[in-house]
Amino acid sequence: MCLAVPGRIVDIYEVAGLRMGRVDFGGVVKEACLEYVREAEVGEYALIHVGFAIERLDEAEAQQTLRLFQEAGLLAVELGDTGAEGRP
Amino acid sequence: MKYVSEFRDGALIGPTIDEIRRTLTRPWTIMEICGGQTHSIVKNGLDELLPGEIHLVHGPGCPVCVTPLETIDRAVAIASRPEVTFVSFGDMLRVPGSASDLLRVKSAGGDVRVVYSPLDAVRLAQARPDREVVFFGIGFETTAPANAMAIRQAARLGLGNFSMLVSHVLVPPAIEALLGSPDNLVQAFLAAGHVCTVMGWTEYEPIAARHGVPLVVTGFEPLDIVQGTLMAVRQLERGRAEVENQYTRSVRRDGNTAAQAVLREVFEVCDRKWRGIGEIPKSGFRVSERFAAFDAERRFPVSGVTTEEPAICIAGLVLRGQKKPSECPAFGSLCTPERPLGAPMVSSEGACAAYYHYGRYRVAQA
Repeated sequence: MCLAVPGRIVDIYEVAGLRMGRVDFGGVVKEACLEYVREAEVGEYALIHVGFAIERLDEAEAQQTLRLFQEAGLLAVELGDTGAEGRP
Repeated sequence: MKYVSEFRDGALIGPTIDEIRRTLTRPWTIMEICGGQTHSIVKNGLDELLPGEIHLVHGPGCPVCVTPLETIDRAVAIASRPEVTFVSFGDMLRVPGSASDLLRVKSAGGDVRVVYSPLDAVRLAQARPDREVVFFGIGFETTAPANAMAIRQAARLGLGNFSMLVSHVLVPPAIEALLGSPDNLVQAFLAAGHVCTVMGWTEYEPIAARHGVPLVVTGFEPLDIVQGTLMAVRQLERGRAEVENQYTRSVRRDGNTAAQAVLREVFEVCDRKWRGIGEIPKSGFRVSERFAAFDAERRFPVSGVTTEEPAICIAGLVLRGQKKPSECPAFGSLCTPERPLGAPMVSSEGACAAYYHYGRYRVAQA
């Protein structure tokens, strides 16, 4: 129920007084309400939940999160761990 | 950056799991609040990849599961009225009420429809002024802004034929209730990333301090959950009890303040009964006085609702993290997603449905 999916905003327009837009989920394009991310721009990614953008996604933060994993990997190499059992 | 595939890279998970193993000195019980996280954990086998000392228990974060039985019965009664077009998220249709469910109302000729967004229900009310359109507004804080906006939009459009049966629930009071219970086993929480995307995490800071539990705001992809677990374990091992944010690409400390402003306008906090758990003070939203005209509970008073749960179902214990779904005598035999006894077997976020779909038939080792 709280599933929210990242999508890229491809255009922004107004319907019945609401800020709306079309959002591309890797090829599937759906309409979403953008009232809660009024500062979002075309090309940005947002988290979409039941047809509403609930937040813009922060690319710098996403990269930083991934960097922490890569650092854990480097640390593991230093400590002689392979991490092989981590493959799902 | 696609924000999905990068966070499912199995090659990056192993070293973080190794880091958890190095950090551990003893067993810890950690609850993931959100049913979406439960599904990610079971689907990806994260509970089996993590060291055996980490006992992940599944929380009550499945709004479909905790919607009280009397509300389901009320929905069934309203949906059965000839003038009503009853509109819902798909998950709610199979949830068992005392005597019936919405799917059965539909198959008996009732006008019950499934939509993707609550705004679809507003559009339906605009298109069909001859029908009373009632939307079933359930969910946690993640969904509340969408439902609130639908009510506000219906008010702005002056729609006299739109109303909402609201049964919203709030996470922080539920965490408080779990921690206050004498049989509580949970030592740290993975807080729900999308709830906190809307609300931020300031509400959790006093809970962490008061109960001495770490709370880590965590995302939903496998990497997020493993990293959130590592952050929780580090706090536990160091004797810290703070709120930390793993899901930084989406969650800010104050949350989405524009959404919170609309929530305050359209809803007000109320006591709420949780199916399987009981009443929790100040744990829900109802329609505020200002928007009372759009409150389906007031528009369609339903009396004589008497509720009855199947005796064999242990949904309440599952929702409180006391039992695993596979420990239920009815699991997979008397109770399946096609013929569910309890709501956690129905919802795409219910723990029982997760165990069923991903083949967890044996009793999990604690």
